[in-house]
Amino acid sequence: MSLLNQYFSVFVQGFGHTLLASIIALIGSLVLGTLFAIMQVSSSKTGRIIGNIYVQVFRNIPLLIITLFLYLAVAKVIKMTGFVAGTVGLTLYTSAFIAESVRAGILSIEAGQMEGARANGLTFNQAMRVIILPQAFKVAIPSLGNQFINLVKNSSILAFVGGLDLMYQGNLVAASSFDTFTTYIIIGVFYLVITMPLSYYVQHLETKLKKKA
Amino acid sequence: MEKIRKRRFGIIASLVLAALILLGAFWASVTIDKNKTHQDTLARVERKGQITWGVKADTKLFGLMDTKTAQPAGFEIDLAKAMTAQIAKQTNTKLSAAFVPVSSASRIQLLKNTNIDGLISTMTITPERAKIVDFTNVYFNAGQSLLVKKDSGIQSVKDMNDPKYTVLVVVGTTAAQETKKYAPKAKIIALQDYASAMQALKSGQGQALSTDNAILYGLATENPDYHLVGGVFTKAPYGMAFDHNQKPMTKQANRALKTLQENGTYNRLVEKWFHNVPGLDWHDLEVNK
Repeated sequence: MSLLNQYFSVFVQGFGHTLLASIIALIGSLVLGTLFAIMQVSSSKTGRIIGNIYVQVFRNIPLLIITLFLYLAVAKVIKMTGFVAGTVGLTLYTSAFIAESVRAGILSIEAGQMEGARANGLTFNQAMRVIILPQAFKVAIPSLGNQFINLVKNSSILAFVGGLDLMYQGNLVAASSFDTFTTYIIIGVFYLVITMPLSYYVQHLETKLKKKA
Repeated sequence: MEKIRKRRFGIIASLVLAALILLGAFWASVTIDKNKTHQDTLARVERKGQITWGVKADTKLFGLMDTKTAQPAGFEIDLAKAMTAQIAKQTNTKLSAAFVPVSSASRIQLLKNTNIDGLISTMTITPERAKIVDFTNVYFNAGQSLLVKKDSGIQSVKDMNDPKYTVLVVVGTTAAQETKKYAPKAKIIALQDYASAMQALKSGQGQALSTDNAILYGLATENPDYHLVGGVFTKAPYGMAFDHNQKPMTKQANRALKTLQENGTYNRLVEKWFHNVPGLDWHDLEVNK
């Protein structure tokens, strides 16, 4: 506990960076993931191909490689800090998984709904937005919740590129206090502070939507 | 009825889970405690017939993993082998040397957990560290310096004292703690190991890499566009480390080190590893017999 007192500001700084990176990556990956999910189910062949390639590439490469590539290679051309590289890497990686979840949600809606919407004069995009996606998200919520929790934990990738997050600060504290055990327990608890409410919220959302339907 | 039963099951399951986690944490802390007050290192080493050394695997000249043989190679590796042989001679036992790559961040914990018996890993003797491990006498005199790109215009650590500059360091090194004192305004980013810190320097994530000059010389030989500037601004004497209160082991190691320095083995190793490092006169590193 004296460790927590002594390094409190350091932990809080790390917590703030982890929270910020998680929120940015959460929003970013949700938007990107939905976009690529729609591309994958669209009627355009190029759209399907591009969506597929994107998902396969980012889903099948380790997050660490994506992040280090951004931090060490891409940063030579486009200046970015470790925090930015880590957050962008996290967004790209997670969006591929979210695209798959959303796609599964879309596919679970019968084709008749799309056909009906189109027959009533809606364009593909309109039908997607008003008819299909709201239902698809309802189906996808449990698996989306999983992805978001994974995202928060995966944000520890920032530690490898000097991203100032919880894990990074924890490594520094462990190295200067020599008390690795306590440090990592404290960090684990800080992660729980983010992930527990998140998982409860997803659960709550799930039951709420079920009641509505 | 069904609902109550389900709820009861949920409560019991959570209680069991919580108990399991507590038990696990308790077991872990007991194990760590046991390791803290564990047996004599020298006795353990003699029983095993082996000294397991924690060494660097990412530091050219001192300890670098040879990708062909999958064995680390460097000055410290050779010194550890010689030390092992010498200690075996002194104690009249058969000892072999084994090597475990360690990082600056994890090495003390590994030593405390008895995953390794001793450390010879470019580790500076500091008062804080000496409180929790036993150091041998100094086996190498290093000092903190800066590695910068040749056309960067940076001459010394004073030039770095500006918020527009970023100094790259490695987690768990003394440089990570000391740099702030010499360039308080500069940003400091700590990376996991020297390989990634060097890559980050090349990618422009920072303008200088700071750590002990001995390590920087190794990096400079591989990256001719970079050079050391400003001399050394701290003293960093390297010592081998054993767990705390291991007097017999430390005594044997000090005796072995003294013998190796007197019989010329030490100087031979210095020549082997440092004789053609640009900007470094290896004769300065020799010990006088």
